[in-house]
Amino acid sequence: MKKSKERSIFITICVAPAVILFIIFMLIPTFNVFKMSLYKWGGYSNNKEFVGLNNFKILSEDTNFFRSFQNTVLLIVCVTIVTMALSLIFAAILSREKIKGQNFFRIIFYIPNILSVVVISAIFSAIYDPNSGLLNSVIGIFRSSEKTPILWLGDQKLVIYSLVIAMIWQAIGYYMVMYMASMASVPESLYESANLEGAGKVQQFFSITLPLIWTNVRTTLTFFVISSINLSFLIVKALTNGGPDGATEVFLSYMYKQAYTNSSYGYGMAIGVVVFLFSFGLSALINFVTRREPLEF
Amino acid sequence: MQEKKELNFSKLYKFFIYAALLALAISIVVPVGWVFLASIKENSEFYGNPWTLPKGIYFQNFIDAFEKAKMGEYFMNSILVTVLALCILLVVALPAAYVLARYRFFGSKVINILFMGGLFINVNYIVVPIFLMFVDADKFLRNHMGNGFFLNNLFVVALVYAATALPFTIYLLSGFFVTIPRDYEEAAYMDGSSYFRTMVQIMMPMALPSIITVILFNFLSFWNEYIISMTLLTKDSKTLPVGLMQLMQAQKAAANYGQLYAGLVIVMLPTLILYILVQKKLTQGMSLGGLKG
Repeated sequence: MKKSKERSIFITICVAPAVILFIIFMLIPTFNVFKMSLYKWGGYSNNKEFVGLNNFKILSEDTNFFRSFQNTVLLIVCVTIVTMALSLIFAAILSREKIKGQNFFRIIFYIPNILSVVVISAIFSAIYDPNSGLLNSVIGIFRSSEKTPILWLGDQKLVIYSLVIAMIWQAIGYYMVMYMASMASVPESLYESANLEGAGKVQQFFSITLPLIWTNVRTTLTFFVISSINLSFLIVKALTNGGPDGATEVFLSYMYKQAYTNSSYGYGMAIGVVVFLFSFGLSALINFVTRREPLEF
Repeated sequence: MQEKKELNFSKLYKFFIYAALLALAISIVVPVGWVFLASIKENSEFYGNPWTLPKGIYFQNFIDAFEKAKMGEYFMNSILVTVLALCILLVVALPAAYVLARYRFFGSKVINILFMGGLFINVNYIVVPIFLMFVDADKFLRNHMGNGFFLNNLFVVALVYAATALPFTIYLLSGFFVTIPRDYEEAAYMDGSSYFRTMVQIMMPMALPSIITVILFNFLSFWNEYIISMTLLTKDSKTLPVGLMQLMQAQKAAANYGQLYAGLVIVMLPTLILYILVQKKLTQGMSLGGLKG
């Protein structure tokens, strides 16, 4: 009896602080996002007016929101495809080939992942600077100097792709390390027998490596969706702040702008709800489409 | 003839591989290295070709960044917030992770599901409600005690950091505790050790590698975080990344490049040093945790 009481006290003391912190700082705010999306609430004054789904109705006619929607989808698609392809290739090279300085490359490739997004943004604004930027000065060697400099962050059509490059740069190392970890568990004997049968390296990659790490690739697809939505916000906030003229506005930066800068909290939270449901739905869809029978080895 | 062709092909293949690897490595090393060089350039050296080497070591940039741009003060704030958040996180998450991995009790299933669900809640979504919660709480406090507490408080920021890192940390640590055989605890109980003592003196030392992984990951994310601190610290006391953002904006108006890049180095250097010291641990830990960002 005493033992059982002691046990309950021990369990409570251990778990209660974590649960309380979690409820206060994660559960309640999440609940509030959904609740506030049903109110018209303009800032510090306390007149909250329940408007039902009206915020969502306004949202469905908001062209700025659709622009941020387009931008986000473009970013997700481009960043996912390019990053995944590159990091798979580099992971395969580093784990299958005999490379001098293999460790050196792995260490270097992971560096962008440990830098703050603000640092990355500052680095890329130095790279993209139209007059004395690193990129334009390299391009300037091949290009006559009379032409106007390329405005990587000032051109409305170009700027989103400049962001894509920054995001790929940031993400390659992270996914590469992840793919390398799962490639390490593919048994060597499979490659040996493939070699005996004369299968080329590309063929080996597609018929051995890729099928066997498919579960891992699937998981990373979900990561890609979620982290693209989040990272695009962080980078946009620090690098372009949505500009020029809304050309790089993404989901969460628009939400933040509406809620925090513009103080229309209810409307901002309605955007948050839509984004949340969108990312959830897209992840579920991807999960469903990419389902394969898991291969044993 | 045939053999020679094959040899040529494999040589070409090797060449392409190295070219690709070097290209990516250069695209990472050059910009980062450039920032370090730029941080010791004088302001006049920023006009014209960006590839010129610095004429000398102009250390004044760092002094300016530390004093004029207050990066020194922000540096201390960042250290305080990061260390505090790590302490809170470990004190709260370690026992919880251990108990959730080891004991079945009333509600344990629900709590486990809650924390798993928490993995999907990203801070960016809930930062505004958290801010509003503090606005309300401060208003209440100011009416009753005359002083706000929650906004512009480094301790509160640390607490929010720790709380939002809980799901990931608990997930990682319980994943480890589950794998330890039960025999250790049973033997300890036989010897009359209490629950608490068993946890602290027997289980936690065994979990040390995982604890270090947790500390590394969370150090990086706390040190680099800026959305929460930007939202919750609206007055003078800021953390380093927010201070750096301020420098970036100031630089657009009054071209003070040297200071900006010195600021960049100040933010970057601690993480880079830490990374080089423990890079093996970090990339290994990632494959076991596999969830971040």
